[in-house]
Amino acid sequence: MQFDSFASFLDMGGYAFYVWLSFGASAALILLLIFSTLFSHKNARANIARQVKREQRLQQAQAQANVSESTSQ
Amino acid sequence: MWKWLHPYANPEVSYHFAGKLKPWLGLSSALLLTVGLIWALLFAPADYQQGESFRIFYIHVPSAILSMSIYLAMAIAALSSLVWQVRLADASAAALAPIGAVFTAIALLTGAAWGKPMWGTWWVWDARLTSELILLFLYLGVIALHNAFDDKQMAGKAAGILALVGVINLPIIKYSVEWWNTLHQGPTVSKLGAPAMASEMYWPFVLCFFGFALLVGAVACVRFQTEIITRNKMRPWVRNLVTSEVN
Amino acid sequence: MNPRRKKRLTIVLSVLTGLGVVSGLVLYALSQNIDLFYKPSEVHYGKEDTGLKAQIGQRLRVGGLVVPESIVRDQDSLKVSFRLADMKMPISFSEDDPMITIKYDGILPDLFREGQGIVANGTLMDGFIINASEVLAKHDENYMPKELADGAGEKHSKPSYSKEQLEGSY
Repeated sequence: MQFDSFASFLDMGGYAFYVWLSFGASAALILLLIFSTLFSHKNARANIARQVKREQRLQQAQAQANVSESTSQ
Repeated sequence: MWKWLHPYANPEVSYHFAGKLKPWLGLSSALLLTVGLIWALLFAPADYQQGESFRIFYIHVPSAILSMSIYLAMAIAALSSLVWQVRLADASAAALAPIGAVFTAIALLTGAAWGKPMWGTWWVWDARLTSELILLFLYLGVIALHNAFDDKQMAGKAAGILALVGVINLPIIKYSVEWWNTLHQGPTVSKLGAPAMASEMYWPFVLCFFGFALLVGAVACVRFQTEIITRNKMRPWVRNLVTSEVN
Repeated sequence: MNPRRKKRLTIVLSVLTGLGVVSGLVLYALSQNIDLFYKPSEVHYGKEDTGLKAQIGQRLRVGGLVVPESIVRDQDSLKVSFRLADMKMPISFSEDDPMITIKYDGILPDLFREGQGIVANGTLMDGFIINASEVLAKHDENYMPKELADGAGEKHSKPSYSKEQLEGSY
């Protein structure tokens, strides 16, 4: 261990601002990348699923229309 | 070789392969980064000139190396997409660009935060720093082109050409410190032979580097999967996949 | 042209012009940097390759090594002056080397010390003196733990400032 106390660890030998700025900004950017990646994957799946459902509904409606048309004749 | 590669050029097989790979990459990356970063922050010795600010090295150098390796991978994918029309190569190029941009931004940010106390300035227009900034603009240009077209094939072509033109920037970044009189020093760890640092400083770097590299792999797998399903949304296997709950 | 094509064309063109402008600016900046960069001996005798001599009153960049025992710091302000000599391998200094004097009023970077590589921006004055507006320290690619450095006889302490010095400059 290079530091005697938690306070001296936070102080980083006087370079606290620069060291924590670097680590903080990097962590923020990486977390942003990870979450936006997961979010856009979910989003892409949901979008396609919605489209599939819409088409299925359309098909059903069309089939029903056909059925009612054929029974009315 | 083409026969062996053939099944992997199938989007469905690739999708499931990436899906199998990602938890392993993610887990090993989390493990390496936890150990590596704790080692780097708490146990690695401080530099005799730079003191504790030397710890920025453990993020700055891995992300700088990765920013260039990711670009190279993206350019190779773009080339195989343009020349051999491998559709999946295009998907992987599109998946890699945002990851590369993030690591380039990290390299630039941590470099600035390190340069201020040590060199005395946040930024200087020297060859190394400037060419790394151009790398960021190249990534942003590639991302913009991928999103500029509704037709993914056209988008891939435009972005691929830009990515290939930008490859010229990679040797400029790498050798800038030798070709020009830069404020940035020469490489510490990519030299052939022994690294220019003590082993108790070097090992945490190795862990951090592979931790970040595996993280890139894990994120790339997910983005690759996203690209595959958006490009194949009319295919039955994708339709079955998204309506079922399994990943 | 339909709007979608128009949008696409705008994006492609703006990406291309953006990159063009950026690389143009960069080349310009780099050539400026190289043109205006002088070593101490070049301030004396003119540029090595072109023979061009810096004019008094001209802004320039100089790079060299801080001559040991040449650093003079003002007791109650940030004013500092030191001499620079050409870097040569192996590193050595002699009184006969062409040297220039740098005068600077500001906080020195933490890597500043005797024998360190320095880049300074400033105006050339009479008598090979440069009034620097910026002093930057160059680092080498070597890192060393303190214990190892002590063993090798390498020492470094960053420039420290007293309260009077920091207040005196305002």
